[in-house]
Amino acid sequence: MPKGFFTDTTVCIGCKACEVACKQWNQLPEDGLHFSGMSYDNSIELGASTWRHVAFIERPVALSGQNAGDLSWLMLSDVCKHCRRAGCLEACPTGAIIRTEFDTVYVQPDICNGCGYCVVGCPFGVIDRLQSDGRAWKCTMCYDRQKDGMEPACAKACPTDSILFGEVSDLREKAAGRLAQLHERGVKEAYLYGADKHSQPGTEGLNAFFLLVDKPEIYNLPREPEAPSIRAKQSWLSLAVASAGMLAAAIGAVMSSRGRGAR
Amino acid sequence: MAECHPVGFQWVMEAKRRGATIIHVDPRFTRTSAVADIHVPIRAGSDIVFLGAIIRYIIEERRWFHDYVVHYTNAATIVTEEFQDTEDLDGLFSGWNPEKHKYAAEFWQYQDAHVTPAAGHREQESAETRAAHVTRIGAIQTDPTLEHPRCVFQILKRHFARYTPEMVEETCGIPRELFLKVAQTLCDNSGRERTSAFCYSVGWTQHSVGVQYIRTAAIIQQLLGNMGRPGGGIMALRGHASIQGSTDIPTLYDLLPGYLPMPRAAGSGTFQKYVEQNRSASAWWSEFPKYIVSLLKAYFGDHATRENDWCYDDLPRLTGDHSHMTTYAAMADGSVKGYFVMGENPVVGSVNGGFQRAAMRKLDWLVVRDFQMTETAEFWKTARNDASNWAITEKIGSEQINTEVFFFPAAAHTEKDGSFTNTQRLLQWHHKAIEPLGDCRSELHFIYHLGRRLKELYGSSEDPKDRPVRQLTWDYPVRGAIQEPEAEAVLREINGFSVADGKPVEDYTKLRDDGSTACGCWIYAGCYRNGVNQTARRKPAPEQNWVAPEWGWAWPQNRRLLYNRASADPEGRPWSERKRYVWWDEEKRSWTGYDQPDFIKDRPPSYRPPEDAQGIETISGIDPFLMNADGKSWIFVPTGLRDGPLPTHYEPIESLVKNPFYGQQSNPARMEWHRRENPYHRPWNDPAFPYLLTTYRLTEHHTAGGMSRWLSWLAELQPEMFCEVSPELAAEKGLTHGGWATITTARATIETRVLITARIKPLRIRGRLIHQIGLPYHWGSLGLVRGDSTNELIAFSGDPNVSIQETKALTGNIEPGRRIVRAGERPYA
Repeated sequence: MPKGFFTDTTVCIGCKACEVACKQWNQLPEDGLHFSGMSYDNSIELGASTWRHVAFIERPVALSGQNAGDLSWLMLSDVCKHCRRAGCLEACPTGAIIRTEFDTVYVQPDICNGCGYCVVGCPFGVIDRLQSDGRAWKCTMCYDRQKDGMEPACAKACPTDSILFGEVSDLREKAAGRLAQLHERGVKEAYLYGADKHSQPGTEGLNAFFLLVDKPEIYNLPREPEAPSIRAKQSWLSLAVASAGMLAAAIGAVMSSRGRGAR
Repeated sequence: MAECHPVGFQWVMEAKRRGATIIHVDPRFTRTSAVADIHVPIRAGSDIVFLGAIIRYIIEERRWFHDYVVHYTNAATIVTEEFQDTEDLDGLFSGWNPEKHKYAAEFWQYQDAHVTPAAGHREQESAETRAAHVTRIGAIQTDPTLEHPRCVFQILKRHFARYTPEMVEETCGIPRELFLKVAQTLCDNSGRERTSAFCYSVGWTQHSVGVQYIRTAAIIQQLLGNMGRPGGGIMALRGHASIQGSTDIPTLYDLLPGYLPMPRAAGSGTFQKYVEQNRSASAWWSEFPKYIVSLLKAYFGDHATRENDWCYDDLPRLTGDHSHMTTYAAMADGSVKGYFVMGENPVVGSVNGGFQRAAMRKLDWLVVRDFQMTETAEFWKTARNDASNWAITEKIGSEQINTEVFFFPAAAHTEKDGSFTNTQRLLQWHHKAIEPLGDCRSELHFIYHLGRRLKELYGSSEDPKDRPVRQLTWDYPVRGAIQEPEAEAVLREINGFSVADGKPVEDYTKLRDDGSTACGCWIYAGCYRNGVNQTARRKPAPEQNWVAPEWGWAWPQNRRLLYNRASADPEGRPWSERKRYVWWDEEKRSWTGYDQPDFIKDRPPSYRPPEDAQGIETISGIDPFLMNADGKSWIFVPTGLRDGPLPTHYEPIESLVKNPFYGQQSNPARMEWHRRENPYHRPWNDPAFPYLLTTYRLTEHHTAGGMSRWLSWLAELQPEMFCEVSPELAAEKGLTHGGWATITTARATIETRVLITARIKPLRIRGRLIHQIGLPYHWGSLGLVRGDSTNELIAFSGDPNVSIQETKALTGNIEPGRRIVRAGERPYA
C-alpha cells in the first residue's frame, strides 16, 4: 500500500521539530550557521543535508477568519514529494533511485554514482548532491523506520499533527475532511496541493501532499510541476521534425551547390 | 506558547480543531499569533490595565457568574474599616510605611477575623503567633447581596472603575473595538455551559508587578466561574522541564518540600513557635503539623523523636533574603565564598551578566554541573575584555582571578531514571536508555555521593554544629559500576511510609504528627502507592476515561483538576451536563465523578461547621478552596502579598510613560539594588533611552543555550543573535535588514543582527508613537554559535513577592552598526 505524508500547513506552528528529528535520525550534518534574514527560516531550502525544511512566509494579508490585522505568517514543512511519477527516478541512469514496497522514492547510496541527472530531473528542486561525497541525497521517508513498522521521524516529532503519515488513500480522506471543515469555517482559500493525478497531472499526484492557503509560488512550490519525461514524446517529435528539417536543408544545400557546380 | 511550549501547544491546536477560540496577547506577532483567532498587540508592561478593564467590563455588563461568585469566592466578605484603596491614596493602599518601604498587612484583613495565607508570605503574620489572632472562621462577616460598601465585590468595583476601554486604548495601545471583542468573547465562553482557560509564562511573571499580573487573571477567572471546572483554570507554563517539580520539592531557598516554609532565624526559634506560625486554625493548613513531622522523620529517621522536637533544630534557619540577585550582590561584596551552579547558566540567563561575572571573581570556589563548559563555567576567560557593564572597568586577566572552578559533566535525562513534574502537576517517570558516557553523572549521583562523603567526614565529630550531618538519613541503595543511587528509592521516600513496617502510605490523609509516618513531600504522598511506581503508568487514552487518571500520577492524590468541588453547584449538582465533572451522590453519601474529588469525601454540601469547629471541621459543604483559611477563593487577598490585596497598574521600573492612573509611578514595594554596577534609567521618559525593550525565547534554543548552542542541529536553525524591529523604527534609525545594530542601556551595550518585520508594530500611547524592540536572549560568548547576551542590558530589580527580575519591559536605545570592539576582544564572525 502506498505510504505518504499529508502536511496540513494551517496547524503548523513552525517549531522545526521535524527538521531536527529528521537530521537526528538520519545523522545529517549542519549546513551553515548563518543568519539569513528570511523571517525565522535559516535553513532556506531542501538539500542534500536538509530533508525537511520549514518555510516561513510573512504576508501583508490577513488570513480568513483571523483577527490579527493586515498580517499573517504562513509556515510549511516542506519535504520530498515522493511523486507518483518521479522525475528523479526516471532520470537516474544507474538504477540507484528506485520505487520501494511503500511506493516511496528512494536513493540507494551504494549504487548512486553522482551523475546528477536526478537533480535537474526533479521539478521541485528537492534532490541535491552532497558536496563532500558527490552523491545524491534526499528524504527516504525513513525507509529504515518503516521497515520496522515505525512512522518517519518528522511525523513522529510533529507536536500539532501538521505532518500526518499513513496510507495515501487514508490521508486523502483525512485531507478532504479537513478541507471541508476549513471551508465551512470560512477559510475559503484552503486547497490541497498535489493530492491526486487529476489536480497535478505533471507528477500524477504526490505521495507527500499539502494543504495550502495561498498560491503555491508563495510557498516556493511550482504551480504546475512536471516530470521532464512527460514532454519526452513531444521532445522526440520536435527533435525528429528538427532533424528531418535539417536533413532536408543539408540535402537541399548539397543539391543546390552541385547544381551550381554543374553550371 | 507555540514559541516556548510547542509540545504543550498540541492541546491548544487540538482544541482549535474542535472549535475553540484562541486569543493571543503579546507585544509581538509570534508563532502563537500565527495560528490564533485573535492577536492583541500590547505595550509590554501594561497588562494589568488590559486585564483590569476586563474585570470592569464583567462588572459593568453584569456578566459575572453570580452563584459561583457569591458561594465560592470571598466577594461577599466584609473587609476591615482600616482598608483604604489606591483610589483613595493615589496609588498606595493603607498600611504603607514609607521609611521601611513595606506594607503592614493588617490593614487589609477581614472585618473581625484575621486569616493566614495558604501560600506567599506567612511571615507577615509572624510578629505574633496565630493563636493570638481571632481565627474563628465563624467571625467572618459577609453580605451575600454584594451591596455592603466594604464587601470585596464593591471594593473591587471601585478599584477598577477607571480601567475603561478608553484607558486600554491609551495605555496599552489596543484599539477599543479589539479590547471589547476580547472581553465579549471571554464572557460569552464562560458560565454554566462553557469555560475558558488562561495560559501564561514568564511574559507575565518577569515584571516588578509579576505576581499581580497573574492575580488579575485569577480575579477574572473567579468572576466568570472558571476555576475548579473542566476547561477552566490558569496554566502556569513553566520555564523548562520539571520546573514545577523543582518548586514542589524545591530548589527555592525559602521553602521545604510541599510548600512548608523554611524556618527563620528570627521568630521561628522553637518547633512550637514554628508550628504556631504556620498551622492555620481553620481549613486544610490546620493539618500542617502532620506534614512537617513526617518530613522531619524522613530527613532524620530514628534520631527524630517527640522529645527533641523531631530534630527541628537540625534544620538551617533563614537569616533573610537569599534569592539569586541578593546572593550575587553579596558575592560581589565578598561574603559568599563558594557556589554551586547546576544545570543553569546565570552569566547568560540571568540579568546584568557583567556584574554577575565580576561577583564570581570574588568566590574561592565554584562548582558547575552542566553538559557543556558554559559561559558560567568559563566566566574567568572573558575577564580582561569583558564587553559588558560600563561600571566594571577593572580589566584583569584570568591569572588574577583566584576562584577555583570545578566542572562536572552532567548526564542527560536519557542517561538516568527519574521523573518530570510538568505544568499540570503531572509526574511522569522516565527510564534510563543508556549509561552516561565517560565521567558524566546524574544530579542524584552527585548529591548522594557528596552527602555520603560529608557523612563519612563528620561521622566521628562531636561538634554540635556537625550534628545535622550525622543525624541525616542517607541510605539509598546504589547500583552498577558507577554506583548510581536508585531513583525509585528516593521516590518511595518522597511518597512516605509507615515507620513501623516501611509500607508506603496511601495518600496525605494517612500522615500523622506522632512520628509514626515519614514522608519526603506530603503533596506527593501516593505517588508510590501500594509499592508501585504510579508515575510510570502509561495506559493509553482509549482504555480509560477522558480524564485519564492512569497516565502518570498527579499531585495531590492523583487529582487532575484542583478545587474541583467548584465544578458542582452549592447543592453538589453539576453546573451543567456539558460541564459535569465531580458531584455529590446523595444515595452513597459521597462525592464522586470522573476525577478524584477535591473535597472531604463524605462531607455533604449541606454541612455547615458548628460554632466551636476546629481544623478541617471548619470546612463547610460549600468551601471548594479548602487550602484557604475561609474555604473561599480570594478575589481580595487579605494577607500574604507584599504589594497589595488587589492588582494595581504600576509602570515598569523603567518606562516610557508616566503612570496614567496614579501619582505612584511603579510598584512601591519593588526590590532595587542601588549600586555602581547596577544603574537605573529615569523612571519614565529618559531621553537617552527612548525605546521599549522586551526579551523572549525562540523555539529553536533552550534558555541560556547550554542545551542548544552546542548542538549543530539546533544552532543552525537560529545561528545569530538578532533584534526584531518594525519597518517604521528601521526607517527612523536607518537600520538595515540583516545588518548590525547596537543596543544600549545604562548597564551595557550589545550588538545584534537586525530583523525588520511587520510582526512588530509601533503603538500609539497617549498620542505618542512608541516603538518596541524584541530581543531573544539565548546567545553568549561560547558554543557553536556565538553572540552578545541580551541580559547584559538588564538591571537587577525584583517583584517584592518572589524576587523575580523585570526583563519583559525596560527602556533602551538602538543605533545602526556594530559596537566598538574593545582591546584584545575578538568580534564574532
